[in-house]
Amino acid sequence: MSAKVLIDASYFIVAVLFILGLKAMASPVTARKGIVWAGLGMVLATVVTFLTPHMQNFGLIILAILIGGAAAWWSGKVVKMTDMPQMVAIYNGMGGGAAAAIAAVEFARGQIHSPVVATLATLGALIGAVSFTGSCVAYAKLQGLMKKAYRLPAQNAVNMILGVVTLIVGIMIIASGRPSVNLVITFFVLSLILGAIITTPIGGADMPVVISLFNAFTGLAVGFEGYVLGNPALIIAGIVVGAAGTLLTQLMAKAMNRPISNILFNPITGEAQGGQAVTGSMKELSALDAASMMRYAQKVIIIPGYGMAVAGAQHKVWEMTQLLESAGVDVRFAIHPVAGRMPGHMNVLLAEAGVPYDKILDLEEINADFAQTDVALVIGANDVVNPVARTDKSSPIYGMPILNADQAHNCIVIKRGQGAGYSGIENALFYSENTRMCYGSANGVVGEIISHIKSMEG
Amino acid sequence: MEGFVAIYIFMLAAFTGYEVIARVPVILHTPLMSGSNFVHGVVLVGAMVVLGEARTGLEQTIGFIAVLLGAANAAGGYVVTERMLAMFKSDKKAGK
Repeated sequence: MSAKVLIDASYFIVAVLFILGLKAMASPVTARKGIVWAGLGMVLATVVTFLTPHMQNFGLIILAILIGGAAAWWSGKVVKMTDMPQMVAIYNGMGGGAAAAIAAVEFARGQIHSPVVATLATLGALIGAVSFTGSCVAYAKLQGLMKKAYRLPAQNAVNMILGVVTLIVGIMIIASGRPSVNLVITFFVLSLILGAIITTPIGGADMPVVISLFNAFTGLAVGFEGYVLGNPALIIAGIVVGAAGTLLTQLMAKAMNRPISNILFNPITGEAQGGQAVTGSMKELSALDAASMMRYAQKVIIIPGYGMAVAGAQHKVWEMTQLLESAGVDVRFAIHPVAGRMPGHMNVLLAEAGVPYDKILDLEEINADFAQTDVALVIGANDVVNPVARTDKSSPIYGMPILNADQAHNCIVIKRGQGAGYSGIENALFYSENTRMCYGSANGVVGEIISHIKSMEG
Repeated sequence: MEGFVAIYIFMLAAFTGYEVIARVPVILHTPLMSGSNFVHGVVLVGAMVVLGEARTGLEQTIGFIAVLLGAANAAGGYVVTERMLAMFKSDKKAGK
């Protein structure tokens, strides 16, 4: 009996630690403390669970924790910062899979007695399984294992039919009280297929929102299975994450001006559908000219994109920034909400290079300043500075908020080649009168600019 | 657990989650998504209970998978979040 009191009291502390931890993570100053608190909560929860009365299979439990924990710990340690989003996706998928597996065991044991419990177990299993395969597909796409967006003919109809059939099987399970093994297996297979088939047509650019959505899904699934097990720690942590994840998903989708229903049912597939042809020509600029333009400017805004991160040029960019600042130039960074592969991803990458976060500004904070800026330097960003999002109603990205780099007196674009961006849409900014292109890898070009600036100081 | 108590817990937890995130700056969206991903790693605890009660080979197998996946969610989520947050520093005192 006393073990039970100890466990319940500990779960209570765990819930408090999780909520305080998440709260602390919502501010840059306290964020590091937040993850440590949440981490302590997790350790406490895991340790006291071993005291659960009548537990068996201790060897199996410890073995599974060691294998799963060590593999994930190691993979999380070695992954590059640019690859973080897909790691979040895959860990999240595993959580969803775990929730679905819990439901599977409960079905196998025949321990589900009331219709409420059966409903939540079934819902949790569905959501968890969808999150599992969906996150795996998201991982494969971002990792480059799956290059194209596959789209079935009548994709939405297929999704719809599969979804409805899965729900019907789920209702049959709930209604039957003691569902047959075949029914349960059918249900899990359908749910797993559903998650994969929803995610495959979605393009890489929309993936962050989808990962966030699956994160919320896993939270809900964990909360529901927590009810099935009568475990308050799971309920609270799961539902808190479910609600927080839903809000986060909305914030991300809003930043991209892509309603979630559009992302799921009307994905940008790769080739630009519609959109007027862009006229004019691109004008090239040497690294030397770029260096002198910025060295003798008063205000420079740097717009980093995923291209910079992939090249690993953020350290060089920060070095260049410091040189310009010591020459009296006011340099700031403008981050589009979806720069990188997830909102805030670019901030993390710049922070890694040592850029203080107070130099990094959001779209709303900085967009009005472009008109008074001498040079806007675009490094490896494309769609987020494409003015057609403001002007061309037929463009697929019309209405997406963009950084107004085109309004700066001069715009320098560092770009690897002449191709179109991630979404495959031509960028009118590159053809604009006051835009100059520097072709080359971000690292190479910025390196040249740095040496030119240094020689000007001599 | 009593049915209505559980519903109260669901409701309060949902509001808590919403409030905690409501005023978060954009720069923390990714770390926070990662952090909340870690928090639902507590599914590990449920998986442990289920495996602890498993009797047949089938139950043990699925339970083992559940614990394996849950542990990976928790451990991976922690490491990745910790690494991201370790990078936040400022040259002035906390801006905003």
